[in-house]
Amino acid sequence: MSFLVDSVIMFTSQVLFFGFGWLFFMRQLFKDYEVRQYIVQVVFSITFAFSCTMFELIIFEILGALSSNSRYFHWKLNLYVILLVLIFVVPFYIGYFVVSNIRLLQRQKLLFACMVWFTFMYFFWKLGDPFPILSPKHGILSIEQLISRVGVIGVTLMALLSGFGAVNCPYTYMSYFLRNVTDSDILALERRLLQTMDMIVSKKKRIAMTRRQMYQRGEDQNKQTGFWGMIKSVTSPQTGSENLSLIQQEVDALEELSRQLFLETVDLQATKERIEYSTTFQGKYFNFLGYFFSIYCVWKIFMVKFWSQHISFILVGIIIVTSIRGLLITLTKFFYAISSSKSSNVIVLVLAQIMGMYFVSSVLLMRMSMPLEYRTIVTEVLGELQFNFYHRWFDVIFLVSALSSILFLYLAHKQAPEKQMAL
Amino acid sequence: MASLDRVKVLVLGDSGVGKSSLVHLLCQNQVLGNPSWTVGCSVDVRVQDYKEGTPEEKTYYIELWDVGGSLGSASSIKSTRAVFYNSVNGIMLVHDLTNKKSSQNLYRWSLEALNKDSSPTGVIVSNGDYDREQFAENSVPLLLIGTKFDQIPETKRNEVLTRTAFLSEDFNAEEFNLDCTNPRYLAAGTSNAVKLSRFFDKVIEKRYFTRDPSPMTGFTDRKRFNFKSLHYD
Repeated sequence: MSFLVDSVIMFTSQVLFFGFGWLFFMRQLFKDYEVRQYIVQVVFSITFAFSCTMFELIIFEILGALSSNSRYFHWKLNLYVILLVLIFVVPFYIGYFVVSNIRLLQRQKLLFACMVWFTFMYFFWKLGDPFPILSPKHGILSIEQLISRVGVIGVTLMALLSGFGAVNCPYTYMSYFLRNVTDSDILALERRLLQTMDMIVSKKKRIAMTRRQMYQRGEDQNKQTGFWGMIKSVTSPQTGSENLSLIQQEVDALEELSRQLFLETVDLQATKERIEYSTTFQGKYFNFLGYFFSIYCVWKIFMVKFWSQHISFILVGIIIVTSIRGLLITLTKFFYAISSSKSSNVIVLVLAQIMGMYFVSSVLLMRMSMPLEYRTIVTEVLGELQFNFYHRWFDVIFLVSALSSILFLYLAHKQAPEKQMAL
Repeated sequence: MASLDRVKVLVLGDSGVGKSSLVHLLCQNQVLGNPSWTVGCSVDVRVQDYKEGTPEEKTYYIELWDVGGSLGSASSIKSTRAVFYNSVNGIMLVHDLTNKKSSQNLYRWSLEALNKDSSPTGVIVSNGDYDREQFAENSVPLLLIGTKFDQIPETKRNEVLTRTAFLSEDFNAEEFNLDCTNPRYLAAGTSNAVKLSRFFDKVIEKRYFTRDPSPMTGFTDRKRFNFKSLHYD
């Protein structure tokens, strides 16, 4: 009886998550595009729903809600579904939509999509070979094989993002790093931008006029036949076209300059807005958080082995919420930056794939942060994976990512004031 | 070469509708082979004969400013973009016929460009709703252009044409549809070419031959004041 009640609860929460994913897709991601293929929206919402359900099950595990039998059952069910989605459904549809975009392959869409999927499966399988992720006593078609590979990809992704986030978060929010930008700096840069545009315009006018004259002269030349025509064409050489290519080169250089000036102005505006934001109450609150989290991140970088059980339990909750929110925001920004009306379907599906893998590996890694008594369910459900490998792999990639982000941000920060000096 | 007078026309629309291809077609009379993302603003120049064929014929340069980006851009990008909206003499609103959202977004695009004086950060003075009066009294000539016409199947053509007709009524502007990869849509003598010439002539007239010599600033202060007072009710 209690199993039925628990199942109803799980199902309701899944429907809620599905609805949230649906709304997020419609209101945020696909705000500017027309949804013509509803299957994309459905697949995205399903991936989101089952990923969130996994987190929900962990919370239930810790809180002791629902009976342990139904929890175990739903864990298994959830895992099967999400693996099915991540390994069969999403990659197949990615291949299908990529193939639909290529005009040559329109006829045999399904066939080519299947071919793409088989290629994906081959590389996916090969991925597991160099890593010591399985104990040797498992058969070839067990669920552990699939999870282990998904886990590797997801853990690498998580470590890269966490490493970058750990360094970028303090850099963005702490006012210590904000360069001083005044209104007159921005105005000066805008003036330079408009001057460059004016120069481009005047050069293009010359090109247009010269071309028009050449065209008219060309017509006249066609009419000139006979002896005098030949003499005229020899005595008045065509310097027009040589001049044109020279001016065109100048225009190309100026256009490149205008693009750079535009990007620099955007950068200054963004910095100015961040400075303004930091003076508001909300900004000050986040500034304080930034200091707090930067200390936490530094601590994490240097003292990876040391974990207090009880602090980690609270942190599990915070990590879940912030990582979902952070991931959705990052995905949205990324989507806006690179999508177009042609590729929007493919990109959303790729994002769904990344999101699913990210969440699955979160569960894997969370085991490390969970107090001992709760680790058993995760171990039981996920089978005998070599968890230690994943933790070590995460640490290595996290360290590499954090250090390269520090280097990258240092170079970017140093280069910016030099550019301003050149104004 | 006589110094020809300056006329500035903005080309606005969502990312990927085909503004760069359109501008290239209008100015170079050639199809753009490799369209790529427009960063910032790209300008091109078209030589236009005003009142062609009449004794008052004069040649003008029309500057087509193709401003890249989307409505969802960060506010820093919007503030920088506003720099290009200065002293505009005409606006070409471009939308993709295969994407309804791009047509709907044209209202917001036109508001962004025409309200530039009061709201550089993209927060619009009006509540975002469309106000027909505002567009009826607007003094900047608008032209509506629908792209990717060849990708509409025959059966849907009527529906699309009805939709664009409504759109042009709302904006109080002329409209035509084309495929930017096919120059025949703008061949001399077609109705599209006639509408285009009429638009450019109107822009030139407003710029040089009106009684009021002050530069165009989109929705004037008087209208904005009236509109604001409506909100206080």
